[in-house]
Amino acid sequence: MTRFVVRRLISMSLVLVAISIMTFLIFQAIPNGDPAQRLAGRTSTPETVAAVRHTWGFDKPLPEQYVTTMKKIFSGEVISYTQQVNVLDEVKRDLPATLSLALGAGIIWLALGVLFGVLSAVTAGRFTDRALTVLALIGVSTPVFLVGAVMLYFLAFKLGLFPNGGYVPLTQDPLDWLYHMILPWTALSILFIGVYSRVLRANLLDAMNEDYVRTARAKGISQRRVLVRHVLRNSLIPIVSLWSLDFAAVIGGGAILTESVFNLQGVGQYAATSIQTLDVPPVLVIVMLGAFTVVVLSAIADVIFALLDPRIRLSGT
Amino acid sequence: MTEHLLEVADLRVSFRTEDGVVQAVDGVSFHVDAGEVLAIVGESGSGKSVTGMTLMGLTRGPNARFEGSARLRGTDLVAASETQLRAIRGAQIAMVFQDPMTALNPVQRIGVQIVEQIRAHDAEISRDAAGKRAVELMERVGVPRAAERLRSYPHEFSGGMRQRVMIAMALSCSPSLLIADEPTTALDVTIQAQIIEEIRRLRRETDAGVILITHDLGVVADVADRIAVMYAGRIVEQGTLEEIFYDPQHPYTWGLLGSITRIDRERPERLPTIPGSPPSLLHPPQGCHFRTRCPHEFERCADVPPLEARSGEPAHCDRCWLAPQEKRRLRDLGDGEIGLATGETVIA
Amino acid sequence: MAINPATSRAGAGPGLTARAGAGRQRDPAEPTAGVGPYRLGLRRLRRNRVALAFGALFLLIVVLCLCAPLYAAHVAHTGPNANHVTDTVTVGGVRKNVVSTTGQPIGPTWQGRFLLGADQNGRDIAVRLLYGGRNSLEVGFVATLITMLLAVIVGTLAGYFRGAVDGVLARILDLIWAYPVVLLGIALGTSLALGGISLGPLHLSGNSLMVPAVIIGVVYIPYVAKPIRGQVLGMREQEFIDAARVSGLGPLRIMVGEILPNLASTIIVFLPLMIANAILLEAALSYLGAGVQPPNPSWGTMIADGIRLIPSAMHLTFVPGAMLVLAVLGINVFGDGVRDALDPRAKVRIEEQVG
Repeated sequence: MTRFVVRRLISMSLVLVAISIMTFLIFQAIPNGDPAQRLAGRTSTPETVAAVRHTWGFDKPLPEQYVTTMKKIFSGEVISYTQQVNVLDEVKRDLPATLSLALGAGIIWLALGVLFGVLSAVTAGRFTDRALTVLALIGVSTPVFLVGAVMLYFLAFKLGLFPNGGYVPLTQDPLDWLYHMILPWTALSILFIGVYSRVLRANLLDAMNEDYVRTARAKGISQRRVLVRHVLRNSLIPIVSLWSLDFAAVIGGGAILTESVFNLQGVGQYAATSIQTLDVPPVLVIVMLGAFTVVVLSAIADVIFALLDPRIRLSGT
Repeated sequence: MTEHLLEVADLRVSFRTEDGVVQAVDGVSFHVDAGEVLAIVGESGSGKSVTGMTLMGLTRGPNARFEGSARLRGTDLVAASETQLRAIRGAQIAMVFQDPMTALNPVQRIGVQIVEQIRAHDAEISRDAAGKRAVELMERVGVPRAAERLRSYPHEFSGGMRQRVMIAMALSCSPSLLIADEPTTALDVTIQAQIIEEIRRLRRETDAGVILITHDLGVVADVADRIAVMYAGRIVEQGTLEEIFYDPQHPYTWGLLGSITRIDRERPERLPTIPGSPPSLLHPPQGCHFRTRCPHEFERCADVPPLEARSGEPAHCDRCWLAPQEKRRLRDLGDGEIGLATGETVIA
Repeated sequence: MAINPATSRAGAGPGLTARAGAGRQRDPAEPTAGVGPYRLGLRRLRRNRVALAFGALFLLIVVLCLCAPLYAAHVAHTGPNANHVTDTVTVGGVRKNVVSTTGQPIGPTWQGRFLLGADQNGRDIAVRLLYGGRNSLEVGFVATLITMLLAVIVGTLAGYFRGAVDGVLARILDLIWAYPVVLLGIALGTSLALGGISLGPLHLSGNSLMVPAVIIGVVYIPYVAKPIRGQVLGMREQEFIDAARVSGLGPLRIMVGEILPNLASTIIVFLPLMIANAILLEAALSYLGAGVQPPNPSWGTMIADGIRLIPSAMHLTFVPGAMLVLAVLGINVFGDGVRDALDPRAKVRIEEQVG
């Protein structure tokens, strides 16, 4: 276990370093216009651009720029190019909205995905299964921003049942928080419910054909017990790790689209606006946050996986 | 005549598949008495496993159709409701499956899996008592350090040990009928012998009837009392061990016997095999199912031969139109060898 | 005997022999086993009416979009980027402004020009829908091609050579994979939309359709390469690869001649899935301004343009939205049918019942 944690920590750091370099390069090395030029504004003189370049350190070699930026990120004093505010403060401000979205939606899509997956598998080939399959496929075929827009149009704009986007902190007004989160949760969950119910259905149908399920039935235990104790339990194991990865991706900016449509002012939306203004520091911070969450949660998922499935041993690669 | 433990009469099982209807079991009748081992022998796809699983109600499904009956002490297993069957499964009939590597749930401890079966049929028994019973069972089938090993997971056991666990589980409710479906096929030869010995001991000690399903006549020689040979969904020959081994009546049985490796004989140049392959159960040949591979086929084979006593022994039945003396002439390859000669056949 | 399960007619499908287990092997002479896995799959697919219908729907959308210039020239008599802000159009005998004085674009007229209405620039929605579809589909197809090509190469190399090659390739895959898809997509998209791509002699300008196609293609590589690598690793342990090596074939010949045919069903199953995902990602990137660049239309950019005006002109969002969902749904349902038809385990299920 210790070995596993140590090896995971090492590979995690390597991934984070690599990802930060990648992000840095995407914005700095690819010929996409000089950040100094952008900072100085379109009508600036070459002298001001040069001055900006010098003050921000864009005239230094790239590796040095990278190291400086990373140092600033870890000392918590990294400043964004466009608004010139502390990026970490901004991210801290936006994180509750993103966490609210991820947690709520994560619970909803896991619960409903499992429910529909089980329903679909036990009625395999019959009407319920077919109907759920169609719904799931519609779910995975509809972009979240379209679902969001349609929901906002009908439920918020036309019927006035829900607020027209925005985020209210949980600490400020829990009921209003819930009220504002219902539509985003639903919109974000739809895709995942579709995916999870399909994956679980396939896992369950595979498991039902396993020899050990036949053995369980041969024991004379009830059909329900066979289903819950042997089929479902074994099929849920891969779902757990799938869930933790998707959950991590949502925290790390993966919910960009949902946050933008519902104007939640979350981390993803911050990333989106920063990318559009080629503001590298916030993008670096958010991408690293995302990668960090993905790596940490996938390590946790591996531990859970090993606990649930005794055949797996933690190797730490 | 005393009542048999299990009486199967004209059992037919068919499955609807996307290619058409497969007649997996086509009118099978046999019986098993308490304390007796009946071996059902046949190639894969002969319907022997389906027969065994049907007795347990494990082949039921939307695409399966059943006819005939299988009475276990008066209860018809084919017609029984799922609730009735559940009470019988595991308690009165237990089954040991072919592949012990996959037949146990990989993510549950061995002990949990055994206790589950005990408690399924005895609502009163406490968890502790069931656990103690599991230890006894494991010791009985020769698992060392049983109490400790109940906490292990299946992947920590060898194949032979897992099959012992399967047998322990099968015995947990003292069943009156044990169905062993290819219990040794997936195991090493040395382990095979131990498992067969286990089945033999079990029969001695419990007086349970045993149905041993296998494709290997060599396995049954040590343990079976009676043998039913199945081919393409039908029993083609049925008799005592001696009758089948020393006076086989059906050409398919000759073929099976001819392809056993025997250490008491000189090794032949090539191990004789039965030419061709089993027919598709979707479109089986008219009449005798074996006639497409039989070197002794003649006109009458286009009609289905009934399973009748033809050799002179009342309980020794077969499905072949050839006259008994003709059969004896055709099958004897000299030097006491029996086999399916592929040469010219002259029908007298 | 070592038989390559994909090339031999004996096996009923890749992976089947391995799962069927001892004592259940099918004899090559058996009639039904003589049918190749793909013939069998095709037969099964042909019976799946729903999948075929949705596949036809997708095909219909593709054909319609290909006919965009015809529609523009002969029915609507206008181009995808032609502005008609100040024009008027006669609907049911009444002359109406294409874009009202308050900036409100006209809704569906159900006639040649402005069949589905106009956008706030007075451009014909129906024409843009078809041209946009062409772009969306083109991006989707090219991206899928890039993904599949690179994923198969990377996955096969990593799985076949193992060791250091696998170490490096697998780490790179992990790297892309740890990066949230949409984030990586918009980071690359925004950055490249300004500068374009220069790879040696190859230069793509920033507003080229190929920029989002390349980005989407690259972003999805790990999702296909990982399973392929796993499959090749498994195949490497099988005897037919040993047999090929013993017979003196080089790595390239083995990878192309022995491994690739066995990956075919995986590739076929992934294809529709990746096309659907690529089209969806194009829409998402365009929605965020990092995909197809204006004035090029695409379903994603049209939705993005429309969403701002949703309260007053919902057709701007719903028309391209519905088209996008129908196209993606069509290919998804069809892909689901393909997967069911090719899944060799479905076959084993039947066999086990009979055995």
